[in-house]
Amino acid sequence: MDFDYTEEQQMLQDAIGRFLEKNYTFEQRREIVASRIGYSPTVWEGMAALGLLGVPVAADAGGFGGGGVETMIVMEALGRHLSVEPYLGTVVMAASCVGAVGTKDQKDYLLPLIMDGSMRLACAFNEPGGRYDLNHVQTTARQDGGFWILNGAKSVVLHGAVADLLIVSARTSGEPGDREGISLFFVNPGEDGVGGREYPTYDGMRAAEITLDNVQVSHDSLIGVDGHALPVIELTVDRAIAALCAEAVGVMEALNAATLEYLKTRKQFGVPIGRFQTLQHRMVDMVMHCEQAKSMALLAAVKVDDPDVVERRRAVSAAKELIGRSGRFVGQQAIQLHGGMGMTDELAVGHFVKRLAAIDTQYGDADHHLDRFATAAQTPAEPILAKPRSRWKQL
Amino acid sequence: MDLNYTPEQLAFRDEVRAFVRASLPHEVSRKVIEHKHLDKADYLTWQRILFEKGWIAPHWPVEFGGCGWDAVRRHILEEECAAAGAPPLISFGLHMVGPVIYTFGSPEQKARYLPRILSSEDWWCQGYSEPGSGSDLASLQTRAVREGDHYVVNGQKTWTTLAQHADMIFCLVRTSTTGKKQEGISFLLIDMHSPGITVRPIITLDGAHEVNEVWFEDVKVPVENLVGEEGRGWTYAKFLLSHERTNIAGVSRSKRELAFLKAIAAKESDGGRPLIDNVRFRDKISRVEIDLMALEITVLRVLAAESAGKAPGPEASILKIKGTEIQQALSELMMEAVGPYALPYLPAQWSNHWLGERVGPEYAGPLAARYFNMRKVTIYGGSNEIQRNIISQAILGL
Repeated sequence: MDFDYTEEQQMLQDAIGRFLEKNYTFEQRREIVASRIGYSPTVWEGMAALGLLGVPVAADAGGFGGGGVETMIVMEALGRHLSVEPYLGTVVMAASCVGAVGTKDQKDYLLPLIMDGSMRLACAFNEPGGRYDLNHVQTTARQDGGFWILNGAKSVVLHGAVADLLIVSARTSGEPGDREGISLFFVNPGEDGVGGREYPTYDGMRAAEITLDNVQVSHDSLIGVDGHALPVIELTVDRAIAALCAEAVGVMEALNAATLEYLKTRKQFGVPIGRFQTLQHRMVDMVMHCEQAKSMALLAAVKVDDPDVVERRRAVSAAKELIGRSGRFVGQQAIQLHGGMGMTDELAVGHFVKRLAAIDTQYGDADHHLDRFATAAQTPAEPILAKPRSRWKQL
Repeated sequence: MDLNYTPEQLAFRDEVRAFVRASLPHEVSRKVIEHKHLDKADYLTWQRILFEKGWIAPHWPVEFGGCGWDAVRRHILEEECAAAGAPPLISFGLHMVGPVIYTFGSPEQKARYLPRILSSEDWWCQGYSEPGSGSDLASLQTRAVREGDHYVVNGQKTWTTLAQHADMIFCLVRTSTTGKKQEGISFLLIDMHSPGITVRPIITLDGAHEVNEVWFEDVKVPVENLVGEEGRGWTYAKFLLSHERTNIAGVSRSKRELAFLKAIAAKESDGGRPLIDNVRFRDKISRVEIDLMALEITVLRVLAAESAGKAPGPEASILKIKGTEIQQALSELMMEAVGPYALPYLPAQWSNHWLGERVGPEYAGPLAARYFNMRKVTIYGGSNEIQRNIISQAILGL
């Protein structure tokens, strides 16, 4: 049992903390959010220079070789500063997905471009009408000569419009809802037939609805094994969830610190409002929710690398459920304790609260994960395949 | 970062587990697991088994008969005992007055009382609360007046847990009424068999006799039974409270209760299907289970800090609040799970040896009484509101 960071992890935490302190103040963030592209290429370059874009990339591929804990360290810091950078999609999801099942060529080509900051990716796994179900895939991919032809629509793709490359789930066989028959493809958003509409989300990020109309991609755009992508999609999303939990903890800590400071400085009836017991107990409850959330983010960070899929599912979903609940409590009470000031756009409070609300919605809310937690053992746990079994033919 | 025990700790856990499995009487653990009534002998049996093994006071220094274990080892023992259904240790001697005596007591007090606490020869109870002094403990009124080589004690204590079994009581008494109210308090050790002491039962809403009123009428207490200095009792009382253990969260006990709840919910039928398949009920169980998973990690975080040399601090208050909320939620769900068979109130049937015709399933009988009884946990040991005050002041600086 050991809750201490290694020296390397400590350095990672210090590095990102210092970097964001300098480059991601609330005012700087406001400008980034208002900018045309909605993220900061300068910050992205800076993160690349610090090696942060290679955190989950294997050391032999030039990365940091980190796991769930290293990702947690980075995400907590990003949460504290309300980062709107495309880190989750590009690094936490795409880089680890490619790392898990990509071919040598795919890794050799992509991972260096991700790490040096020249390429951003987005994962398009969800579809209209499918809510949070990862196997609700109606988008199709069929073979035509040496190509795959994709048709369908993807919903609320975070950073979808600024991505240089999309990772898209599509059905190569079976029916929507089947666990089998789902495949992953790289899709260049500049390709003919890729349409879309970018929009802001309420928490200052950007997302896109993406349509695929007879989009033709080359045979080596397939990631992993044709028809067997669901396990790797589930793993990738679990990594995202563990990361979001850590981000939420960062947000909650910052929000609690701001609220506590307000209780100590705001005066009414001649005393700081923190002297009133009702408010003190409310603040204590916020802190306890945050501590419990922190424990769960830790559990998710450790268990997301667990080869036992049921264990991983249970821990990750338990964490997301508890953090959905605690995030809502902390957010709502932070506004209440700030009174009218909590309602303004001017203070950071509202922005933290909005991010917490958005995190609950990403990759499944508390109810969704309560259900997944309770049924974790009943859901099949297929192995993750990087290569087709020898007797299978692949394009 | 590693949430698992080290190989040494795992080996120790296996040793403890094997010992508990081999020596905890099945009769006793069955009562604990099935929420049946425990009598004095059940508690004493288990405490004497631990005493024989040398594990009765792992938190005491070796020189006084303890094991001198670190926080993690103590935690492992507590957790293994709870998981197996061992009765809780009666903490008044072992966890409360014992540490006060070995820290502040005279050599004679140490020599006389510590061995008898370890061997369970003396059953201790706690004389803190009074009818007018609950959360505001320092307002206590029980008077001790020095007369020659004796104190004469008059007053009343209340909520005295299991005083009906007790041989000794440690009391906070007022020896002075001048100055700050905390400064006139002293810490006395009183023989429960002294003339002038009357114990009256308080029957709680579940029908149990667990707590009592203890009346003192001109009770003569030898001066050598004063702990430390006169007027310093409040300091010793605070020391005692800070000796709260991380076990206060009761994670293993709650895990055991959770398993029992799931077993009941699998047996109970709801519309022709097991109750546990009713999503509305299953979700309630899952939510408590998730809270418990989080609490377990929180406990380990506090333990790790403690093992690294940090004194157990106000974080214990967080463990107390969350731990007791979970305990109450579990007892509530168990009562809900058995539906109408929560209603029959037949304490005589809550026995391992009931031979008569039973009303309802055996597991259902004590569950309502237990639910009502468990309302106490957010009140005792410093109510959860007092715990929030502690966190507010000590951690948040409000």
